Amino acid sequence: MQISGAQMVIEAFIAEGVTTVFGYPGGAIMNVYDEIYKQDGFEHILTRHEQAAVHAAEGYAKASGKVGVAMITSGPGFTNAVTGLADAYMDSIPLVVISGQVPMSLIGTDGFQEIDAIGISRPCTKHNYLVTDAKDLPRILKEAFYIANSGRPGPVHVDIPKDVTAQIEEFNYDIELDLETYKPHIKGNPRQIKKAMEAIAKARRPLFYLGGGIINSNAAYEVRELVQKTQIPAVETFMARGVLSYDDPMLISMLGMHGSYAANMAMSETDLVIALGARFDDRVTGKLSEFAKGADIIHVDIDPASISKLVNADYPIVGDVKSVVEDMLESVNLVDSTRYEGWRETIANFDELHPLMYHEDSERIKPQWVIERVGQLLGDDANISTDVGQHQMWAAQFYPFSRPRQWISSGGLGTMGFGFPAAMGVKVAAPEKVSINFTGDGSILMNVQELMTAVEKKIPVINIILNNNYLGMVRQWQTLFYDKRHSETDLSVQPDFVKLSEAFGGIGYRVTTKEEFDAALKDAVEKNVVAFIEVMVERHENVMPMVPAGGSLFNMMLLEKKETK
Amino acid sequence: MTESNERRVVSVIVINEASVLSRITNLFSGRGYNITSLTVAPIPDTKYSRLTIVTAGSVRVIEQITKQLHKLVPVLRVYEHCDMVEKEMALVKFPVTENLTDIDTLCRAYNGKIVNSSENVVIAMVADEPQRVDNFLTVIKRYNPKEIVRSGAVALER
Repeated sequence: MQISGAQMVIEAFIAEGVTTVFGYPGGAIMNVYDEIYKQDGFEHILTRHEQAAVHAAEGYAKASGKVGVAMITSGPGFTNAVTGLADAYMDSIPLVVISGQVPMSLIGTDGFQEIDAIGISRPCTKHNYLVTDAKDLPRILKEAFYIANSGRPGPVHVDIPKDVTAQIEEFNYDIELDLETYKPHIKGNPRQIKKAMEAIAKARRPLFYLGGGIINSNAAYEVRELVQKTQIPAVETFMARGVLSYDDPMLISMLGMHGSYAANMAMSETDLVIALGARFDDRVTGKLSEFAKGADIIHVDIDPASISKLVNADYPIVGDVKSVVEDMLESVNLVDSTRYEGWRETIANFDELHPLMYHEDSERIKPQWVIERVGQLLGDDANISTDVGQHQMWAAQFYPFSRPRQWISSGGLGTMGFGFPAAMGVKVAAPEKVSINFTGDGSILMNVQELMTAVEKKIPVINIILNNNYLGMVRQWQTLFYDKRHSETDLSVQPDFVKLSEAFGGIGYRVTTKEEFDAALKDAVEKNVVAFIEVMVERHENVMPMVPAGGSLFNMMLLEKKETK
Repeated sequence: MTESNERRVVSVIVINEASVLSRITNLFSGRGYNITSLTVAPIPDTKYSRLTIVTAGSVRVIEQITKQLHKLVPVLRVYEHCDMVEKEMALVKFPVTENLTDIDTLCRAYNGKIVNSSENVVIAMVADEPQRVDNFLTVIKRYNPKEIVRSGAVALER
């Protein structure tokens, strides 16, 4: 079949089973948009900013497990999208992002809207391509989808000059990929797995350290089985929320900078860390030399470069977490689950000493209450996205996550402005669930234009703005570490969020009491249109407990004890 | 927590395609690794090129370098051997008025010779282990070299 490069893009998307593309047109990508106009194989959602298109594709990918697809034009269209690429790269989210480029004859001439796109995206993508001949396009697109969603997933960027999308060539997508230099290692070494299971059987105080790789490899239910059969306590990273259900008796909580006291103490006291798809991020480990100091480390990861990068692994296992955990389950009878009873008690005591909690000691609503309340009212029926800051940490600490892919947040890059567009992608991927975006009065303004997309495409995201009139997380650090010099973090001057939402055609609520909040949430869920619920919360609440940056996990700043809860 | 920085030679086999070299050098600069020297040329009758990178770092850093290199999609193989045959070439320009017999004798001691001459200058070439090329360049200082160019090391595992 002789078709243009632009048509090849459409045909490849359809062959890959793409149902939704998030994007924004422009000069260099117009040939492809002309073909989008003519087709009905997938839906195109016009975001109002290229950054939002990529975040929406990320939300879609994280909620569905499929490859997210975004499309943008050259120059500023592409540079706007870079934050999304970097975000997806840090959090290992499978994306294919197509950008237009100036015609080949203009490349290198500083042409209008020309920028060296693959030069810019190289350090923040898993792989990228500049397509110089439409003959290569079918193979490149097929490789792009394969690379994005295999091994350690990540974003792949394909930059296509305008004359290549116009070029007419033979299209055949039924090709065998032969990537001799790219062969992800799926199966773990059986002898290493056996040795690891023996180490678990011999350990006195083992601890599962569960990471986001479990979600990526769809291994949560296998991990649940392994935890249940061994009765070994588990901590989750920020990225792994939802791997275990909140009510799993073996789940301690999240660990790390804002992890619970019990989770961090367990990590400090354990004699065997069983790391599954986690990468020992600095926000998790605190001071490296004090991290799990007396412990041996089993490290299962699909990315060999993650193993022994920061913490030396005694039992390195390269492989897909799902496959490795399945193999571990085969020799699970080596493990006597009664052996760890004392250890479980120790952890229960830690938790009793300093449980994850907050004080109801303000006239104003406490932000943590809002998170808990949404959990009580919607629980499993909601998918939870967030922006970045205090609200994000409270959501990770206090929401009762019950399943994988329920929690969508920007972990590695920490991108303010991620939440709203991501929550749109989540809603498109999982329309049967309520899509909540917990956000702050700072973050929401970073992609607020997406109200227009959500109204136009009827994507009923409920944005719950925890408004403390501060860039709260920076304010917290200034309070604690900069002698209360609140440099440029006071956001007292604000828009009317209700009117702002209404101006775009959405709905808005401003609530100051718990009763008002319940009513607003109920109403927003029923009305099923994009909403802002602005909750006026206690201004000076800090995220606690906290490990100061570079400190040891066992040396936490704790919530002050008070008589009343 | 300072770990000793050891000199290491890393060989990388890559698919010979556009921008593959910048993928490699970006990785080094982006992750804060050193490049002491780098050579690259196609491997005859294949679609691959071979890079020889001389770098320095602790054992952990070198291990990360090889793993991160391997993660790049167009990289086929990464060799990081201690036991390599290493050679480097240097070209040196001398004034024709210097003692050319001495220079020629020295060059021969380092697998080289005078390879070109013109009205005012001669060009000498040596090819030897990088450490010995260092020595050569120290010794010839007294003959007032006007320009020196080194190729960077190439290496093959034994």
